[in-house]
Amino acid sequence: MTPFSYDISHLTGAAILIAGFALLYQRRLRAVLGTFAIQAWALAIAAAWQAHIQHAPELWATAAIALVFKGLLVPFALAWLVERLGIHRTVETALSIGWTLVAGVALVGLSIVLVLPVTAGTAAVTRETLALAMGVVLLGMLMMITRRNAVTQVVGFMALENGLLLAAVSAKGMPLVVEMAIAFSVLVAMILFGIFFFRIRERFDSLELRYLESYRGDRT
Amino acid sequence: MLSIAVAFALLLTAAVGGVVFGRVRAVHGAVYAATLAACLILLGGAVAHLWTGGVTRTTLPIGLPWLPFHVRLDNLSALFMVIVDLAAAVASLFSLSHGPADPNRRRISPAFPLFVLGLNAVLLAADIYGFLVAWEFMSLSSWALVVSDHASEKSRRAGLIYLIVAAFGTICLLACFAIMAGSAGGLTFAALRAHPPMGAAAAVAVGLAILGAGSKAGLVPLHAWLPLAHPQAPAPASALMSGVMTKVAFYALIRILFDLMGGIAWPWGPVLLAIGAVTAVMGVLYALLQDDVKTLLAYSTVENVGIVAIALGLAVIFRADGRAGLAALALVAALYHMLNHSLAKSLMFLGAGTVIGATGHHGLARLGGLLNRLPWTGAAMLVGAAAMSALPPMNGFVSEWLIFQLLFAGPASPHWAVRFGVPVAGAALALAAALAAACFVRAYGFAFLGRPRSPEAAAAIEAPWPMRVAVALLAAGCVALGVIPATVTRILAALLRPVTGAGFDVSAGIGWPFLSPVSAGGGSYSGTVLVLAGLILFIVAVIVARRLGTSATRIDPAWDCGGGESGLDPQYSPAGFTQPLRRTLAASLFRVRETVTMPEPGDPAPATHRLELADPVWRGLYAPVIGAVDWLGERVNRLHFLTLRHYLLMMFATLVSLLLAVAIRQ
Repeated sequence: MTPFSYDISHLTGAAILIAGFALLYQRRLRAVLGTFAIQAWALAIAAAWQAHIQHAPELWATAAIALVFKGLLVPFALAWLVERLGIHRTVETALSIGWTLVAGVALVGLSIVLVLPVTAGTAAVTRETLALAMGVVLLGMLMMITRRNAVTQVVGFMALENGLLLAAVSAKGMPLVVEMAIAFSVLVAMILFGIFFFRIRERFDSLELRYLESYRGDRT
Repeated sequence: MLSIAVAFALLLTAAVGGVVFGRVRAVHGAVYAATLAACLILLGGAVAHLWTGGVTRTTLPIGLPWLPFHVRLDNLSALFMVIVDLAAAVASLFSLSHGPADPNRRRISPAFPLFVLGLNAVLLAADIYGFLVAWEFMSLSSWALVVSDHASEKSRRAGLIYLIVAAFGTICLLACFAIMAGSAGGLTFAALRAHPPMGAAAAVAVGLAILGAGSKAGLVPLHAWLPLAHPQAPAPASALMSGVMTKVAFYALIRILFDLMGGIAWPWGPVLLAIGAVTAVMGVLYALLQDDVKTLLAYSTVENVGIVAIALGLAVIFRADGRAGLAALALVAALYHMLNHSLAKSLMFLGAGTVIGATGHHGLARLGGLLNRLPWTGAAMLVGAAAMSALPPMNGFVSEWLIFQLLFAGPASPHWAVRFGVPVAGAALALAAALAAACFVRAYGFAFLGRPRSPEAAAAIEAPWPMRVAVALLAAGCVALGVIPATVTRILAALLRPVTGAGFDVSAGIGWPFLSPVSAGGGSYSGTVLVLAGLILFIVAVIVARRLGTSATRIDPAWDCGGGESGLDPQYSPAGFTQPLRRTLAASLFRVRETVTMPEPGDPAPATHRLELADPVWRGLYAPVIGAVDWLGERVNRLHFLTLRHYLLMMFATLVSLLLAVAIRQ
């Protein structure tokens, strides 16, 4: 592997991670969706680059799926939903943005400390990318637990999926069927979420999750 | 082995038949007849094995894929099979008429053969998995018998507590076996025997074995379930639980401590001795204060379990000290006592079942004068009560006498704890024996002597023949084991030789029929001579009385202080009988509270006397544990009512902390 291809892999992985950080400090839903789209494009580029340097034609399909579904379809659909529902576009945070970013930095540090020694025997590009991918996964989870709004939780979930896909494309020999399954499950999940948004919205005039909590069946 | 397989198949068929054809009343009789046949086959198989000796092994094609059930029949198993199946056969005979008449028969008949099956399976299992499966099978089938009367709150509570303690015991045994398997590297008993654990692992394993088997046997402080659960089962099942299941628990203890581990460190001897002494005294004190006949008998079982634990503790001490002959004698004494107790306690429970069936009353305060109405049962229970009170020439005396002889040999031990502890245990055992006599004088006297204390007791009629024959057989067994003590001890010693590894002279320097196992000068006893002498004296007395006395018979009313028959109340009451003992021995230990209400002069209301007892173990051990579980449950319950975000947070926190742990360990 040439230093150039290593640099490009590193660059795309880092772009995905930076986009993950950017997701954490957005205060508007539109901006969240835009950042998510950027992350998905970065993922598509990363997958395409891996397809090129690994000479693995099936990764081109992965890149296409990432670009079409995650980079275009999902953000536009969510934007349409947000528009259609007319929800006010501020993001309600459970933890202040400063502290969220501090936690995010700590998580990325943790994943690097953790992954680098474990994968000591493998190629440098795989190690770096795995560490980045794990950071993206943890940041996605962090987004899910620090946001109160249902849409931002869905975006956090999909950012987490992006991290998984990044790990999948950078490891050699990952069969395409896994990526297909992930892509379709994400799509189905988005449709389900969309239906639920409408239902929640009809019921409560809001997508704030705390309104839901008093309607759970097991609470007496 | 074939006969055992046939018997097991018969028991399973009986259980299935009891479920499927439960509506037909005649089938219940057939179930117990099949159980009786199976018990006789098992008994015959065990005796035949003891006759030839040796070890029979086989593996069954069932079990885990890589671990089929290992079955092994050696002398120890066969001896316990004799104890189990003798009592089970008699209980089945008793059930031939008791079982089909029971209103809960459809719940009892299927469980009873399964219980017998479980008891035998524990004795035959020779690998950890098979043993624990059989152990749980035994627990669960007996639990089904305890809750057979599930409409009553008392029965359900007893069943719940029994299940909890049984689960605790099994977990302890599981952990014990896990430690042993860890050092042995295999799950069969043969592997465990080849590589017993050493050092701290051995100590932990022994402690867990005592906890696990002791909870099933009813050693203090794990006895609390026993007096609740045993009386709730129908009489034949109570007889098996009290008379036999506690013995199977001791089988597990002997198997682990003396066979699989091949002897353990001496400090466990004084521990067993102390537990046994406390159990014996507390059990009998409780028994003394009970009004319910079956609860009284259950507490008396706790006492006898304590006595067996004392004998086992002595066996541990002597074996660790290298006095192999005395260790063998201690094990023989323990086995002898278990055999005696299984016969006598089964007899007492079956007799109590007859009494309760005939009168409908559980309480001593409502019985009385039954000896005239139930002559067979009364006579048999007199033998049983004498055996339970350890009166010569009954069998109970022999085993307790043997244990006392061993206690006298204890102070020669090199360890100070044993030298000082053994006399204390001896004093406790003497106290327990005396109190047991008082307890059974009270139980028998108030149930069978005097005048009836209720109209139902006055109208009682004798039970049908299977129930009478059952108690008579057991009484004959109690007498037989008592009058030839030297022979029984010799046989037991020979049969236990593979476990004890040492022999001893049963009648040192005196010869048959005298029993003098410790030394010729130490003490000797012969039930045979005693009975012969008693018979000769009796015949002489009869002849003298015939010759010298008058033959004219005169019938007069009994002297009753100048008054006529004045109803039921003026008789001595069971609670009054034990009042002195209660006040001197048990008042502070059991927090006895007595409240007497006397009506005002002119008020026709009866005076009342209420008596409340509290078990110190409940207060000191069980209540705090229950409280802690409640407290924890309350805290954990909050987790059911968190928000979605909090659940995600918990998963996230778990993941991050695990990752942190991995990162730090690198």
